[in-house]
Amino acid sequence: MSEKIYVLIDHGEGEIRTPSLESLALGQRMAEEAGFSLHALILGNEIGPLAERLGKQKVDSVLLVEDQKLANYDPDVYCRALSEILTEDQPYLFLMGHIYQNIDLAPKLAAAINRGLVTDCIGYRKEGDDFVFVRQMFRNKLNADVQFRSEHPWIVTLQTGATSVDDLKEGSGQVVERSLDLSAVELRRKQLEAFEATQGKVDLSQAELIVAVGRGIKKAENLKIIEELAEALGAEIAASRPVVDSEWLTRDRQIGSSGQTVSPRLYLACGISGAIQHIVGMKNAQCIVAINTDPNAPIFNIATYGIVGDLFEIVPALTKKLKE
Amino acid sequence: MKLLTCLKQIPDRDTRYEINAAGTGIKTSDLTFEISECDEYSLEESLKLREEHGGEVAILTLGPQRAEKSIRKGLAMGADRAILVRDDEGKVTTPHAVAKVLAEVLKEEEYDLILTGTQSDDWSYAQTGVLLAELLGLPHATIVMEIRADPAQKKVKALREMESGWFQWVELPMPAVLTIQAGISQIRYASLKGIMQAKKKEIRNVELSDLNVDLSSIPEIEVLKVYFPVVEKKAEILQGSTAEVVEQLVEKLKKEAKVL
Ligand SMILES: Cc1cc2nc3c(=O)[nH]c(=O)nc-3n(C[C@H](O)[C@H](O)[C@H](O)COP(=O)(O)OP(=O)(O)OC[C@H]3O[C@@H](n4cnc5c(N)ncnc54)[C@H](O)[C@@H]3O)c2cc1C
Ligand SMILES: Cc1cc2nc3c(=O)[nH]c(=O)nc-3n(C[C@H](O)[C@H](O)[C@H](O)COP(=O)(O)OP(=O)(O)OC[C@H]3O[C@@H](n4cnc5c(N)ncnc54)[C@H](O)[C@@H]3O)c2cc1C
Repeated sequence: MSEKIYVLIDHGEGEIRTPSLESLALGQRMAEEAGFSLHALILGNEIGPLAERLGKQKVDSVLLVEDQKLANYDPDVYCRALSEILTEDQPYLFLMGHIYQNIDLAPKLAAAINRGLVTDCIGYRKEGDDFVFVRQMFRNKLNADVQFRSEHPWIVTLQTGATSVDDLKEGSGQVVERSLDLSAVELRRKQLEAFEATQGKVDLSQAELIVAVGRGIKKAENLKIIEELAEALGAEIAASRPVVDSEWLTRDRQIGSSGQTVSPRLYLACGISGAIQHIVGMKNAQCIVAINTDPNAPIFNIATYGIVGDLFEIVPALTKKLKE
Repeated sequence: MKLLTCLKQIPDRDTRYEINAAGTGIKTSDLTFEISECDEYSLEESLKLREEHGGEVAILTLGPQRAEKSIRKGLAMGADRAILVRDDEGKVTTPHAVAKVLAEVLKEEEYDLILTGTQSDDWSYAQTGVLLAELLGLPHATIVMEIRADPAQKKVKALREMESGWFQWVELPMPAVLTIQAGISQIRYASLKGIMQAKKKEIRNVELSDLNVDLSSIPEIEVLKVYFPVVEKKAEILQGSTAEVVEQLVEKLKKEAKVL
């Protein structure tokens, strides 16, 4: 019997979430290379149509687990359900997206079944017969190749955007319903109100020109040069998370995974390193300009034009030039 | 309330990393170190909770002796005492192993709230806090941006950050583990008085060998290789003096990219 790869499919508001499709695409590639079978695993309540849709992808089967208790994510129930399935089925690998829900869940699962977990991977390579996983660390400045020394299933979470859903292959897989007895699981976490913080405030999604500022600005008083540049361009001001965390600008100007997503004509990033959580919010800008003292800053990997230099020199000079 | 903050010491932000001889980590000699960003926020949060509800704030660190310096800073900010589990040789190298060691120490006494960072700024696995909760059998919430504790009812409300600017309140029974996100509140500076007082506060050193942890039973992951990523730089880097690059940029934005 061949080994199995399982992929967890997350969903919300009746839609499969993109990071899960990315994981599925990676799973397809790995299964093909290793000659393993691939199975999509989806938990929820009344999600038959989603399972049907998954069955149209190139998978060997879709495991569908439905229970009222699984209608909304809860760490205790989800962990129990996954523990039971993984312990019984013993897949080789369990892939999931490195999304907030799985940051909450994956380590709990790993501890519950005492298996290894490698988080936030950007890819893999084959080392002999084994898969080795690649992840970023040290503020994205270094990569590491990490290998499991633990028993299977190995649990891996995959960074958003690390693979493309365009790579997904269609096919047909049978939906297999699986019932679990979750009645005894006690839900310790009570879900209360959810709300959108930026609603009704600054909306940058329609902005044509954006000047974005990062920790490189060093302190709130220095923001003046950014304001002057934005004014000269007629641009909106946006920021990376640390600038907002320090309360130099308001939360509704934050771009990234926990902020707004923008796609302006021009995104001028000053003193921003280009962490993945920032990039996901602005990578669709038509033209990206990066000003940074560090020639190895990851922002230069996605920028159209780059200036390696001190923003305290470049920004005022640029403002002056634009005013001419 | 009895509060405990897990605090990790890491190489500071401006470090120019060098790969170590084995190729599996970084050279740590000659570096300067600081408290991991989320942990500084988490300590601040426990100090605020103590101000509101009374009680004490303890710090727990696993690390080599040099970590004492970061712990002193935490004590100067206002923490009452600290425990340092000494790992001078770097024997504990995975999140699961770290969590197991921390859990062993935390079993000694009960805390109402245990706070960790969401993720460290060096190895950045984002696992330790949740592993710790499960190993201790405690409920948890991750990526927390606000805390409202109710010690009388033994309950805590935590505001979880979600994706794309969404937030959700959850309620947990205490004791519980919360993983704190950067930006939860503004970090205080240590006062001169705080710095003086910190010198007299206790840092209890615990030897790894004195703890009853079996590291061999831990599901291991091994770092085979650490390296600088090879990236294809997409950006056209503009060359010249400040005046020259600025002139080129404006020209290109107008004529080439046609965005101005
Ligand atoms: C769960 C989670 C969610 C997150 N969500 C977001 C999010 O939504 N948005 C977001 O932005 N981040 C988010 N982050 C944080 C993210 O991981 C990074 O820490 C953050 O984006 C870094 O911001 P930065 O680039 O401004 O700072 P740094 O990474 O510190 O970079 C500062 C840059 O400025 C440069 N610099 C310094 N001085 C100068 C100078 N004089 N001139 C020019 N350049 C200079 C430096 O070379 C450096 O590249 C999130 C993190 C987590 C864990
Ligand atoms: C001397 C030394 C050498 C090491 N060498 C290596 C190595 O070569 N390879 C390797 O993979 N790992 C090594 N480690 C361990 C590594 O630094 C991490 O502690 C471990 O992998 C946990 O992962 P993380 O930092 O990504 O934690 P995350 O899961 O990202 O951390 C989240 C939070 O958990 C808490 N936390 C994490 N670690 C500690 C701690 N030590 N003390 C208190 N609280 C903590 C903090 O609140 C932190 O914000 C070494 C550790 C030491 C002390």
